[in-house]
Amino acid sequence: MNLTLKVWRQKNTNTEGNFENYDVQGISEDMSFLEMFDVLNERLINDGKEPIAFDHDCREGICGMCSMYINGSPHGPNRGVTTCQLHMRSFKSGDTITVEPWRAAAFPVIKDLTVNRSSFDRIISAGGFVSVNTGNAQDANALPIAKEKADEAFAAAACIGCGACVAACKNASAMLFTSAKISQLALLPQGQAEREMRAEKMVAQMDIEGFGACTNTGACEAECPKGISLENIARMNREYFGAVLSSKEHE
Amino acid sequence: MATSPRLDAKIPDGQLSEKWTKFRSTVPLVNPANKRNIEIIVVGTGLAGASAAASLAEMGYKVKAFCFQDSPRRAHSIAAQGGVNAAKNYQNDGDSVYRLFYDTIKGGDYRAREANVHRLSEVSGNIIDQCVAQGVPFAREYGGLLSNRSFGGTQVQRTFYAAGQTGQQLLLGAYSALQRQVGLGNVTMYTRHEMMDVVMVDGKARGIIARDLISGKLERHFGHAVLLCTGGYGNVFYLSTNAMGSNVTAAWKAHKKGAFFGNPCYTQIHPTCIPVSGDHQSKLTLMSESLRNDGRIWVPKKPNDTRPANQIPEDERDYYLERRYPAFGNLVPRDIASRAAKERCDAGYGVGASKKAVYLDYAAAILRYGRVEATKRGMHNASNEELQVMGKEVVKEKYGNLFDMYKQITGEDPYEVPMRIYPAVHYTMGGLWVDYNLMTTVPGLYALGEANFSDHGANRLGASALMQGLADGYFVIPYTIGAYLSGDIRTKAIPTDAPEFVAAEKAVQDTIDKLMSIQGTKSVDYYHKKLGLIMWDKCGMARNEVGLKEAIEEIKALRKEFWSNVRIPGDANEFNPELEKAGRVADFLELGELMCIDALNRNESCGGHFREEYQTEEGEAKRDDENYAYVAAWEYKGDSDYELHKEELVYENIKIAQRSYK
Ligand SMILES: Cc1cc2nc3c(=O)[nH]c(=O)nc-3n(C[C@H](O)[C@H](O)[C@H](O)COP(=O)(O)OP(=O)(O)OC[C@H]3O[C@@H](n4cnc5c(N)ncnc54)[C@H](O)[C@@H]3O)c2cc1C
Ligand code: SF4
Ligand code: FES
Repeated sequence: MNLTLKVWRQKNTNTEGNFENYDVQGISEDMSFLEMFDVLNERLINDGKEPIAFDHDCREGICGMCSMYINGSPHGPNRGVTTCQLHMRSFKSGDTITVEPWRAAAFPVIKDLTVNRSSFDRIISAGGFVSVNTGNAQDANALPIAKEKADEAFAAAACIGCGACVAACKNASAMLFTSAKISQLALLPQGQAEREMRAEKMVAQMDIEGFGACTNTGACEAECPKGISLENIARMNREYFGAVLSSKEHE
Repeated sequence: MATSPRLDAKIPDGQLSEKWTKFRSTVPLVNPANKRNIEIIVVGTGLAGASAAASLAEMGYKVKAFCFQDSPRRAHSIAAQGGVNAAKNYQNDGDSVYRLFYDTIKGGDYRAREANVHRLSEVSGNIIDQCVAQGVPFAREYGGLLSNRSFGGTQVQRTFYAAGQTGQQLLLGAYSALQRQVGLGNVTMYTRHEMMDVVMVDGKARGIIARDLISGKLERHFGHAVLLCTGGYGNVFYLSTNAMGSNVTAAWKAHKKGAFFGNPCYTQIHPTCIPVSGDHQSKLTLMSESLRNDGRIWVPKKPNDTRPANQIPEDERDYYLERRYPAFGNLVPRDIASRAAKERCDAGYGVGASKKAVYLDYAAAILRYGRVEATKRGMHNASNEELQVMGKEVVKEKYGNLFDMYKQITGEDPYEVPMRIYPAVHYTMGGLWVDYNLMTTVPGLYALGEANFSDHGANRLGASALMQGLADGYFVIPYTIGAYLSGDIRTKAIPTDAPEFVAAEKAVQDTIDKLMSIQGTKSVDYYHKKLGLIMWDKCGMARNEVGLKEAIEEIKALRKEFWSNVRIPGDANEFNPELEKAGRVADFLELGELMCIDALNRNESCGGHFREEYQTEEGEAKRDDENYAYVAAWEYKGDSDYELHKEELVYENIKIAQRSYK
């Protein structure tokens, strides 16, 4: 199939970017979206031009590195799929496809379609862990956990940290990402000791990074490739207000 | 055969089962005040690196950690699917530390070091405890206890898992421990940084040169010790199940600075991957080995059978693994399953358009699980349709993400038609040679995880890489590094304007300048693909003398062409993914040659290394224990010049035997 691509080009963080058009021919429907970009980049290199920079690594939908905003949706038109798992059979010959980077103040563009998401790491550093040093653990089966709880925690832990939720949100809020981690640990007995502190610190870090507020549009859930549910945001809000209330009581 | 005097494995004396305990209680310690003045560089933050960096920082060392992705959470470990082994014996099925040790040595075709493997088995249980304490959501039974499944090469259920996302959950656990230390200021994390070389001062590893991938600037970093946790080199084949960025650069640069490379030719070809669909293919996708728990592998009994799978009646199917290996059936180790698939396809029984595929079929499992569910729910007259629905639900819970992935990639629904699978490059057992302390032949330079050669011999059993990476990082290096650092407490930080640092940086800069100045006509990928084809055809699933000799010459010629005709666009002082790839492919072009040299030297078949000249009448691998029961550790002497050193493998506790899974 033959396609027209309208791709965001930007030299680095400090320069302005613009769209450029590329025609690509002979694309097979078995190719992934990124393999289609490989074909285009190979051609650009052969023509003596600069290839388009984009992030990717596993190409299996699990590392969370790929991040293209395709025709107005993060990771493209299909539900539950990352950019690397999107295949060309989802498009038809003759289509024009617009490809942009994630757009959010907390995710500055590095080059072309590549953005800086280290703000997510700092949110985790603020409290997305259980403080247990290596070597201090008791026998794993000494702590039975109801299967339903474990499954629910797993569903929240499936977040790949891609940032599509932020890209999808008109406020560029990181609530879905942050709430997934808070939920995972709030659902498990291991997470109880630090539960209140965790919610307060992670939410505070989210604000420091410049992510926007949540106005419950649900766009994040709709675009999340891993099906992270809005219920996590509700749970996080309970955790957070509970924590703020109890720290007031202690004052 | 005697061990080369250059290789001292430093295996502690005493009984096998007491070596590690004794070592731990006698290894010299570094006191807390001194730890604060000792800096450790950890390159790579996958399972091995993240667990090491977090644990060492918790102990009080100052740690600097590096990865080339934008976050430690994205290391290739994230993609591991099936599970992690541990000798917990929670299923009461006769598992023990000894049995895990034995299975691993046997699975590795008697080419691994006993003492290391026993230690790995001993600490395996602690890994599960640690991960659960961190909040890793492993799969559980209704009673709330942990669930297990089987993997190839074993007859017990000792594999812990989190759906088909075990690596993800384990890595996120280690990552959270690491980020906690970053937040506390005990670890400085350098993301989007690539290690370009090791810096040697007075014969010891004392730092690295790294490139900031965003600005393109070179940086000098000092460390009292340097840990390479940089993963495997399967991407030398271009197409593999590894992530696109997985590379050998860090290990290779260390090799050129004096670290011996152990068993480079031992490559694992995984039996169950989605077959290649065309020239555009950039990587291959694994379908976890756990699928062999329930799936049945077959090809048609008639060659060139073009009927759709579902129209081939039961008695016209050849379940060749069950036929050839009744004791282990579909759960034979990977090397055996891969070769068996190749044998059937080469003989003309392959399926699909390319005829390079076999079926992995879930129809029987779906029906079986459907019946179990029906019984549980008291439905005595469940219809076939109801059984199908219930069975599919169970399969979905166990393997849902894998089935979805298959459907995404192929456009076919594996709940309805059998999957088509074929072997693909997956893991490298070879790596930097290390002693019992995980130190390479360069003092102060360590290798952990897939980057070292140590525990899997000539073939790794499923679910054992995650175990080894975490064992190395959480439970081994925190102790063994004391043996070296306790002698180093008086060493002050070496300023990075020391001549050794300046010279190392200049050498890196020169190489980059050279690459950028070529401005030839072919892309980096062009060379990478060519190298991959040579490796796959001549140093892949089956190897022979003639092919290996040809490959060596072809690689040399390709390397020459690369250095005169590669085209790297853009600038070195900016974010430039093509330049990153070029550096990695340049190293693969050297490593590939060494792999062929090693494969040519090893005149036997063992594990993943199958030399066509050395096979039994039934086509099984034929080892030569008399002449080849050694680790081949190669020393770099110069361009295309390598010297072989041998570490004799002594089996004191296991009787070395012909490996049989029949
Ligand atoms: C698809 C797939 C599924 C698998 N499933 C399983 C399984 O179910 N069970 C199992 O036991 N094993 C499995 N394995 C194997 C296992 O995942 C790996 O062997 C293991 O995760 C390797 O971990 P590691 O920490 O050694 O390296 P990696 O996770 O590969 O990490 C390497 C790190 O090094 C960094 N790095 C590399 N080079 C440089 C450089 N030059 N400079 C700076 N940083 C660098 C990277 O950024 C990364 O942080 C699987 C492998 C694959 C490919
Ligand atoms: S919540 Fe979903 S969209 Fe957001 S980072 Fe996690 S996986 Fe990506
Ligand atoms: S490249 Fe890893 S999720 Fe897409």
